[in-house]
Amino acid sequence: MHDQSFFFQALVYLTAAVISVPIAKRLGFGSVLGYLVAGIIIGPFVLGLIGEEGEDVMHFAEFGVVMMLFLIGLELRPSLLWQMRRSIFGLGGLQLVVTTVLIGAVALAFRQTTNEALAIGLILALSSTAMILQTLVERGQIKTSAGQASFSVLLMQDIAVIPILALLPLLASEIHGAGAAGHHDEAVRTFAGIAIEGWFKVGLILVVITGIVLVGRFLSRYIFRFIAQTGLREIFTATALLLIVAIAVVMDLVGLSPALGAFLAGVVLADNEYRHELEANIEPFKGLLLGLFFLAVGASIDFNLLVDQPGLILALLAILIGVKFIVLFLLGRAFGLRGGQGMLFSLVLAQGGEFAFVLISYSMQNQVLSPEASGILLIVVALSMASTPLLLLLNEKVIRPLMEDSSNEQTADVIDDGETPVIIAGFGRFGVVVGRLLIANGFTATVLDDNPDNIQVLRKFGFKVYYGDATRSNLLHAAGCDTAKALVIAVDDMSKALKIADLVQRDYPHLELIGRAVSKQHAYEYLKRGITNYEHETFSASLHVGIKTLEKLGFNPYQAHRAAKIFRHHNKAIEKELFKHYEEDEKKYLSESMRFADELEELLKSEKHQSIHEYDTAWDNTSRREEAAEVAQQNNDEGQKRI
Amino acid sequence: METEKTKEHRDRVLVYFAHPTPHKSRINSAMLQSLEGLEDVTVRKLYDLYPDFHIDIKLEQRLLVEHNVIVWQHPFYWYSAPPLLKEWIDLVLEHGFAFGHEGNALKGKKVLTVTTTGGRQEAYREDGRNNFTMRQLLAPYEQTVNQCKMTYLPPFIVHGSLLIDEEHIRKAATDYRKIIVSLRDKIFSNNELKEHMYMNNLLDQAV
Repeated sequence: MHDQSFFFQALVYLTAAVISVPIAKRLGFGSVLGYLVAGIIIGPFVLGLIGEEGEDVMHFAEFGVVMMLFLIGLELRPSLLWQMRRSIFGLGGLQLVVTTVLIGAVALAFRQTTNEALAIGLILALSSTAMILQTLVERGQIKTSAGQASFSVLLMQDIAVIPILALLPLLASEIHGAGAAGHHDEAVRTFAGIAIEGWFKVGLILVVITGIVLVGRFLSRYIFRFIAQTGLREIFTATALLLIVAIAVVMDLVGLSPALGAFLAGVVLADNEYRHELEANIEPFKGLLLGLFFLAVGASIDFNLLVDQPGLILALLAILIGVKFIVLFLLGRAFGLRGGQGMLFSLVLAQGGEFAFVLISYSMQNQVLSPEASGILLIVVALSMASTPLLLLLNEKVIRPLMEDSSNEQTADVIDDGETPVIIAGFGRFGVVVGRLLIANGFTATVLDDNPDNIQVLRKFGFKVYYGDATRSNLLHAAGCDTAKALVIAVDDMSKALKIADLVQRDYPHLELIGRAVSKQHAYEYLKRGITNYEHETFSASLHVGIKTLEKLGFNPYQAHRAAKIFRHHNKAIEKELFKHYEEDEKKYLSESMRFADELEELLKSEKHQSIHEYDTAWDNTSRREEAAEVAQQNNDEGQKRI
Repeated sequence: METEKTKEHRDRVLVYFAHPTPHKSRINSAMLQSLEGLEDVTVRKLYDLYPDFHIDIKLEQRLLVEHNVIVWQHPFYWYSAPPLLKEWIDLVLEHGFAFGHEGNALKGKKVLTVTTTGGRQEAYREDGRNNFTMRQLLAPYEQTVNQCKMTYLPPFIVHGSLLIDEEHIRKAATDYRKIIVSLRDKIFSNNELKEHMYMNNLLDQAV
């Protein structure tokens, strides 16, 4: 059985995930909870399908956390941080400090040592980034003041994880010396060894960190470009993974946490033009590994403890949620959150987070917490996460209606968080002009292009350009299609353009599409999809050359200009007509024989029918002069008569 | 709800809004907004429809025929209307359609100028700063309308646009709506309309 055990395990884990996560999401509980529950079910207390190898799986899956931190670092823009500093460091910082202190105090009351109390306080002060952001986005609350405040608090917590990870091993005490020997023993001994081999170790750490920064800032660009030029998707993915694994290994050797290294690497690469592609590549791995991690955590929850001490655990649960809620509510008030927004903010953050699982196991392995304490904390955190959806439901059904009278609608302000409203797919000759027009009018655009050479040049001129294949939905998502107002299709390849159009219409039906058409058929394909905002890529230019030509043939500039205008509108009308033919007999157009000459014949034929020789009758005096002449003639005749 | 009979007691109003920069407009946009939702009132924002000045003459002529009261709403730039309205007048009021021996399509319809201007009413007098009255300055429009065999109604004018406050803008907007509704529902008699220089003076009799 053990030969097949890998596949058997994979079967178990995957089945558990595939069944429970969709159900959890349907019920509004979020995927994290789904994984936890799945883990509990397949774990030793229910189905017993996984046993001790759960520990190994957890180690392996921790890599998902490393990736998560890398992605968090990637998202962090120093300028964004600066903008939100009051919120992040003020509200977020205070939340952390106050919560840690209060919970630590409670821990002391439960007869933990100071070190343990501090560790517990820190661990439980964190909330569940994944669950909260998912919940807020799902309810469309992310741009409200509560959403923004939550984001700041979570950001602060994410930042704080790094020093916490560094700090925890230092809180190790001899009491728990006889713990299981995990691979983190190395880390403990290394840190403990600082006192002895101190300076050497510190020096090594500095070298490694400097190395990461240098490679990230300077070399990575060339490396990525070199890889990207091969045009092989999978090699880029491999490179991204290699990057993270390499960092993890190096950090491990030096005795620092891999997560910290990954975070650092992410920050360094945050404004790299390959950022979106990296995100798009790592994201799926992170998702799966994190899922696996939560499964393993769920399986490791010790239900014996719950059965033995239900009172204690439920009390701790109530205290955790209670303390966090109160701290959040009061701080929220202090920072301007009122009424319904304050309530939402406090409820959505009042639980333990996934980092707690990581930190708890980490602490246990580093002899900071006893296995018993760890077990209890795990359950409390898991239960608190399960309670969030219930609390939010309570909020919506009971609390909010009660507050409706006194609450002011204005707190649900929509805040502009600086995301770009426009995405331009393809930044060659065509896209560049659109981009320049936008910039000239104070708008920024997120630009996607898959030619590494283009990107080099454009970045030099300050454009926000990202490398990637816009026909991949991962990249479109990373580029911000959720919140953009319009997407400009400026690629020079028809099938690519149509692929993008199809993707966007499928996944982001509210996103307006404005397209470049490289041929008549391309235009018809747009029309087929109901896209009417498109321009043939050369028409306007050709028309303008035509204007100049008319002028050389004796037309006044304004006359020529008007002639072109009339022609343009006329052309649009013809196109609509020909589109009907296209719809009826597409094959005729698709066949190879439909070349330029045939197209031209079609055009000229239809122009014959639609009397292109429209005389421009504006400001034309002919009929007036005729009438005046008639009148004058009549007057003359009458005059003659009288004579 | 509305029987065919009551519908006959209504005129159809066609409002042309000629403002090149509505995003900078305080009064005119507020006034136009007050017309939202009115039945039998068609609003056409000229600069939105024809940003490249390529007026669809046939369409405009058809719409003119289908309505009884035409409104030209615009800011008073240099004692005149913004260029696009002039272009519209030049091109749409064709010889043989709107005027001339065969040009009777618009006969009997009414035209109303609605405009906003910085100068106060007192300034628009022979002895005032602007040397002419508003009616005098609007003569080109009045005569155009006459030539097309239509009736030029007394204009609705908002004076003092530079110093006007929010309250008065709102009042102008509601007054404007009242006037349009009254014209649509044929509240004013022909004599009343002939008597006054300003449509504003008819507000008391308005709906």
